[in-house]
Amino acid sequence: MTRPRTTRRRSRALVAAVVVAGLGLTGVACSGGSGGSSGAGAAPADASSPLDPKAKVTITIDCMPPATKKPELKEWNEDVAAFHKLYPNVTVEGKSTTGQCEDPATFAAQLKGGTEPDVFYSYFTDLPQVLDAGQAADITPYVTQRTVPTLGDIAPDVLDVEKDSGRLYGLPASDYTMGILINRKLFKEAGLDPDRPPATWGQVRADAKAIAALGHGIAGYGDYSAGNNGGWHFTAEMDGLGASVVNAAGTKATFDDAQGQQILDTLHAMRWDDDSMGQTQLLKWGDLQKQMVAGKLGMFVAAPDDITYMVETLGGHYEDYGMGPMPGGKGTLLGGDAYLFKKSDTPDQIKAGIAWLDFKFLKEGQGQFDYARTKADGLPVGLPQPEFYTGATKATDDRLKAASATMPVANFAAFTAHPLPGHAEPPNAQEIYKVLDNAMSGVLTDRSANVDKLLSTAASQVDEVLANSQ
Amino acid sequence: MPALVVPGGQDSRTGTRTTGPPPRPDGPSRKAALERSVRRNLTAHGFLVGAVLCFGFFSWYPMVREVILAFQRTHRGRTTWAGWHNLQQIVHDPAFWQAWRNTVEYTGLALLLGFVVPFLVAVLLNEFRHGRSYLRVLVYLPVMLPPVASVLLFKYFYDPGYGLFDHILRTLHLPTSQWLQSTGTALLSVVIASTWMNMGSATLIYLAALQGIPGELYEAAELDGAGLLRRIWHVTVPQTRLILSLMLLMQIIATMQVFTEPFLLTGGAGPQGSTTTVVYLMYQYAFNFDNYGAAAALGLVLLVVLALFSAVYVRLSRDGRDQD
Repeated sequence: MTRPRTTRRRSRALVAAVVVAGLGLTGVACSGGSGGSSGAGAAPADASSPLDPKAKVTITIDCMPPATKKPELKEWNEDVAAFHKLYPNVTVEGKSTTGQCEDPATFAAQLKGGTEPDVFYSYFTDLPQVLDAGQAADITPYVTQRTVPTLGDIAPDVLDVEKDSGRLYGLPASDYTMGILINRKLFKEAGLDPDRPPATWGQVRADAKAIAALGHGIAGYGDYSAGNNGGWHFTAEMDGLGASVVNAAGTKATFDDAQGQQILDTLHAMRWDDDSMGQTQLLKWGDLQKQMVAGKLGMFVAAPDDITYMVETLGGHYEDYGMGPMPGGKGTLLGGDAYLFKKSDTPDQIKAGIAWLDFKFLKEGQGQFDYARTKADGLPVGLPQPEFYTGATKATDDRLKAASATMPVANFAAFTAHPLPGHAEPPNAQEIYKVLDNAMSGVLTDRSANVDKLLSTAASQVDEVLANSQ
Repeated sequence: MPALVVPGGQDSRTGTRTTGPPPRPDGPSRKAALERSVRRNLTAHGFLVGAVLCFGFFSWYPMVREVILAFQRTHRGRTTWAGWHNLQQIVHDPAFWQAWRNTVEYTGLALLLGFVVPFLVAVLLNEFRHGRSYLRVLVYLPVMLPPVASVLLFKYFYDPGYGLFDHILRTLHLPTSQWLQSTGTALLSVVIASTWMNMGSATLIYLAALQGIPGELYEAAELDGAGLLRRIWHVTVPQTRLILSLMLLMQIIATMQVFTEPFLLTGGAGPQGSTTTVVYLMYQYAFNFDNYGAAAALGLVLLVVLALFSAVYVRLSRDGRDQD
């Protein structure tokens, strides 16, 4: 049958149009997976008992240090060998990752495709995403005082982050709380006391002004305003003032208030009135660290492991940096990383995974807490991170850490002496941060920014985000 | 000798295709002809299989999946049909309209600069009698640089503190600009960087088209007293119309999918979201918010818009052929 010429032409045009235009779609679609529920079996009756030594188990686990990190890889291999002596029936297959242990885009694609390792690394904020993807195994019955002896001394707010509706899905490997990171050299040059970092936003502003007065393109204070990092910092800064960006139910924005106004007003004043924040803005994670190592930045809000990055990767020196608590001193943002278990794991794999995590990350004086070995391998000891232990375990950990410290831990005294209550990140964190980025970039790039309007616009947009997610 | 003309075949002398259907073989002989044709083209079909499989797996299948994803929602590991939910969700996102406004504005600016400038440069190069090859290499040089390196170079140029552009302006006692850090200039700054990076290819294509124009046409125009501008308007533009319309379409499709430049120059969103583009928003939905349904729905909207442009192009080029 021959179709009419016009129909053929139209069809050809349509096909050509769709094919040509569709070229731009493959990026998103390539990552699509079924997302279907993977059927994990129910926990066995003996879930809380340790792993059967006769059961042959293999587990894959990510965040094994890459070959370029020789000391870290050496420690990993030593720990795997020591673990294998204890559990000869368990084979631990490490998956190496370069750079950060989690790349959010890769992580999201892995979850969608169900290709994550049996025991996989995640940030504290990832649990809702992993649950939504149907990829998290419930490990509640497996985690007891028998399988994780230090369980009772892990800070409840840290453990809570890995819980949903009372069920436990992961175990922490590290945690951090945020504070203000200072450049001690610039503090001294500006005539400020580096042992007394600013504790309020008023002091931050005054100190930033004094440091910027040194000239040579030095900024007193820096902050993020791009890549959703601006929203993340605004949230931490609200925590510092004892406020929150959303209400307790997670249904309404609460930052359009006096505290939100105070933060944005102060940043605006520092940027435009005092000229103490430098001219380069739209900064995201990594930018401020480089400025500080180059001796061009006095302070910024950060987590302790930013110092590790600045020293190990950028060539800074531990003695040049110090930390104080979040300005405001009423709270701080709690973050960290944990290991979750793939939904399709067998009970033996879950037990083996818990045994490995307990061995590597959750025993004082062992694994990541073997400070003497860390020091001998030339790695840093003394940062106030991780800090998830309480009680007797914390006391032991503090003592061991101090005994092997490789940096002047007194530089962090202001931070460690005033531990603040940590608050987890809000629900739909990244979407909220995206909106708040606009408020941050608004005050830092627009001299005539209307703070009231920026806050009210952002609040209504966050309300919409939260309503959409219900 | 008269040319041998077969209905539906080729004129052996002119090489042009003649009109009229070829004779249709009947039943068994048709089958035999088909078998002969398959045997003759077996190698070609063999080569084709690989390409078809590659396209199938890496282009067509993902596109079909993308359309399906746009109407699905995953919650707690259960994927269900969501109807229009994803589309409603993206339409209610305030960033959706801002991203479209920015994308359309970017496309308009990119066409203004990225379409006109390379054409004018090509016309200029075509007029040169000496050093044309050297200038061609010079124009194409930015295309040979890795895109990320070029973008980062511009990031340095634009920096209001130590950047090259403001340094030059200050030296000339001219007012400086915030470039990427102002809602008023951020998008334009991205377009300028993008045009510099990509204009080399377009210029060379235009130049090739210009060099295909018979010199007699220009000579005739000159004899008629046409100046440079009239020669361009009455000879160059009509003679390169097809290539111009093709490049226009390709440019629209490419610029509406802009991602790398704003992502690297401004972190994606820019000051108060002024450089948020549709594809950056798709990236955010998929990889920052883990909302593949919304990302796919936005991709579908973009598909429809680009398909409209493509349809217009196909229509225009067909009309052009008919007129010829």
